[in-house]
Amino acid sequence: MNRVLKPVSVIIGLLVAWQALVMVLDIPAFIIPEPVAVIIRMYDDAGLLWHHTLVTLTEMLLGLGFGVLLGVLMALMLVYFASLRPWLLPLLLTTQAIPVFALAPVLMLWFGYGMASKVIMTMLIIFFPVATCCYDGLRHTRQDWLDLAHTMGGGSWAVLRLIRWHAALPALASGLRMAVVVAPIGAVVGEWVGSSAGLGYLMLQANARLWVDLMFAALTVLAFCSVGLYYLTDLLLRKLIPWQSTDLS
Amino acid sequence: MFDIHLHGVGLAYGDHWVFKQLDLTLKGGQWTCLLGGSGVGKTTLLRMVAGLTGNGRVRTAGRILGGDDQPLHGRIAWMAQQDSLLPWATVLDNITIGERLRTISIFRRTRVNQQALVRARAILERVGLADKADSLPQHLSGGQRQRVALARTLFEDRPVVLMDEPFGALDAITRLNLQDLACELLQDKTVLLITHDPLEALRLGHEVYHLRGQPALLTDAIVPSGTTPRALNDGRLMALQGVLLDRLRCEEAAA
Ligand SMILES: Nc1ncnc2c1ncn2[C@@H]1O[C@H](COP(=O)(O)OP(=O)(O)OP(=O)(O)O)[C@@H](O)[C@H]1O
Ligand SMILES: [Mg+2]
Repeated sequence: MNRVLKPVSVIIGLLVAWQALVMVLDIPAFIIPEPVAVIIRMYDDAGLLWHHTLVTLTEMLLGLGFGVLLGVLMALMLVYFASLRPWLLPLLLTTQAIPVFALAPVLMLWFGYGMASKVIMTMLIIFFPVATCCYDGLRHTRQDWLDLAHTMGGGSWAVLRLIRWHAALPALASGLRMAVVVAPIGAVVGEWVGSSAGLGYLMLQANARLWVDLMFAALTVLAFCSVGLYYLTDLLLRKLIPWQSTDLS
Repeated sequence: MFDIHLHGVGLAYGDHWVFKQLDLTLKGGQWTCLLGGSGVGKTTLLRMVAGLTGNGRVRTAGRILGGDDQPLHGRIAWMAQQDSLLPWATVLDNITIGERLRTISIFRRTRVNQQALVRARAILERVGLADKADSLPQHLSGGQRQRVALARTLFEDRPVVLMDEPFGALDAITRLNLQDLACELLQDKTVLLITHDPLEALRLGHEVYHLRGQPALLTDAIVPSGTTPRALNDGRLMALQGVLLDRLRCEEAAA
């Protein structure tokens, strides 16, 4: 109950502070609209917002899925093909050395203005934290577990599947939590650079027409999606890895 | 039950020989206890017998063979100071982990067969944890966890059991109880037990060796009389313990 109550009260607190700020400082509506106005806009344009939210959510989730898959594969390759490591590590770092913003126009050029470029963008952002965390987790399997498995006669696939993979899960989980937080960045930046749908696109359009309340409405929805996704992931990970809370202490 | 022979065994990290030219015979079906101070090389020797020192910058010498002249690979069960239980697996899954490690493959998701499960439950009963089969290790006490580790060792059903201070982390009473239990359950195995507790070695060992020096050498075997686990009210045993404790302390002071 506490886990639900706290975030909700934080959100309500923020809304109240926002409303107070606007009223006390008498800020004009085209700079910061009142929360009430934003809520009304959200209600009136619910259909429009829903349409664009679906697009952005799909991009985020697809990017997350592929990014996690790729990150885990990368980690496995780093662990199991030691000879590839000197080649793979620089590659991994290079994907992070280039800022995504710089990459966005190129991705648009290659993959078009549709969803594909945003999914790939999200994937590129997510890939790194997932790969490094998973690699770390796989690498640091407790030696006594490996010794035990060795004397029991387990092959390397069996040891990966039954021991190393489970042992790496808590580390992978922290990578996933990080990934979920940065996933919206990839999707929205992609939409800003060039798109015809999505919350980022909607914000750009609203901004150009000075529909500030719609812009804030889109922003709010985006924030809700991100926070919701984080808490959902967190919940799921806690369910899947119930032992980690005590084991990592 | 076959003996195990160590011929001229040595191991070095870089240029530092932990032990060199060591000869030792582990009598089949008996407990051999290896006593020694901290850092003398007990764990290293045990790992070498278990075939766990194959990699890294270690140099090894000598041969370790069963009395039938076959290497020991696949005939050893290993029990360390930490219980090494997998925190995500239930007690029953922990006990049968060896079976699963040997049978799982990429294409088949093999479950532990019914026979093995029945056997695992029977063993769990013998270590007194029948009601904990479905618990996670984190919900067990230190003594219970070590019982599970013992059960896992028994489940492997290997003729040779190597133990590295298996009861080192337990309180005195729990330790005595577990010693009795292990002694009873591992009766027909060839056991090499490593410990820095003279009392443990003297209670459980048919032969007790003392590993000392650098590079480490074995002293002559002490052969306590009587059946194991030996009683605590045996005067000669206590006297022997005193002698060994003094020796260990002298070593510690010299080092
Ligand atoms: N991986 C390693 N690299 C280099 N030296 C090592 C390594 N492992 C152990 N040693 C050295 O070998 C010696 C023996 O270590 P070992 O762990 O066998 O001692 P031990 O008798 O088991 O001690 P304890 O009773 O404290 O467990 C020690 O001096 C230690 O510093
Ligand atoms: Mg040791």
